[in-house]
Amino acid sequence: MEIPGFVLLAVLVVGSALGVILLRNPIHSALFLTINLAGVAALYLMLKAQFLALIQVIVYAGAIAVLFVFAIMVLIPGKEETGPDPLHAQRWLAVPLVGVLLLEVLLIFRSGAFQPAPPAGAAMGVEPLYRLLLTDFLFPFEVTSVLLLAALVGVMALTRKKAS
Amino acid sequence: MTPPSYYVALSAVLFAIGVLGVLIRRDPLIIFMSIELMLNAANLALVAFGRAHGGAEGQALALFVMAVAAAEVAVGLAIIVSIFQLRRRLSVDELSVMRG
Repeated sequence: MEIPGFVLLAVLVVGSALGVILLRNPIHSALFLTINLAGVAALYLMLKAQFLALIQVIVYAGAIAVLFVFAIMVLIPGKEETGPDPLHAQRWLAVPLVGVLLLEVLLIFRSGAFQPAPPAGAAMGVEPLYRLLLTDFLFPFEVTSVLLLAALVGVMALTRKKAS
Repeated sequence: MTPPSYYVALSAVLFAIGVLGVLIRRDPLIIFMSIELMLNAANLALVAFGRAHGGAEGQALALFVMAVAAAEVAVGLAIIVSIFQLRRRLSVDELSVMRG
């Protein structure tokens, strides 16, 4: 019953991911990245992970997409990829290599290492998640806040004008 | 209900697309976006596994991955902007030395 919706979202997500890596203009790539992230948020909703879907929209499709667009506007790049390519032959080698990688991953998933058990409890809302975060995962949760603070300070140190 | 293996296969495809983007593009910003694609694919697999398992552990892990990805994007973009201010060019093939 959900399968048509899943197929639609899968096509949207894969298509926008291809748009990210194939388009010349970085701003178009950033827009397709936003579409991709929003599509993954919809997939989270289908997986009954409502809180993650919300966070995905706020953090990824909101903050990270804005950061990317901001960086593109500051840098105005995109001129470099028109020059001569020193690694042209190696770049075409990437396509079959990625094909082999994808085949390997799919084979591993089909090999029986991943046998989904039927979901034990249907309680997949927000409540089990925050209960888990504030009990078993409390230490990683607090370490995450330290990490975010370190990133904040690091970015300030990286981008401030050097005092001469 | 859609079987979780569909979601896992989709995340494998997304991850492969991200790897392809890192390998074939030269613009560090696009490479960065491809890394985000890969992190997202990993998150999708985590949530799908968590759904198959029936607990919330997969979602908790995905939440931590998101926090790390946010920090990584902020620091990475700051580094890219600094490199651009230093060199006025932006191609990963030319950034083969660490010193400015």
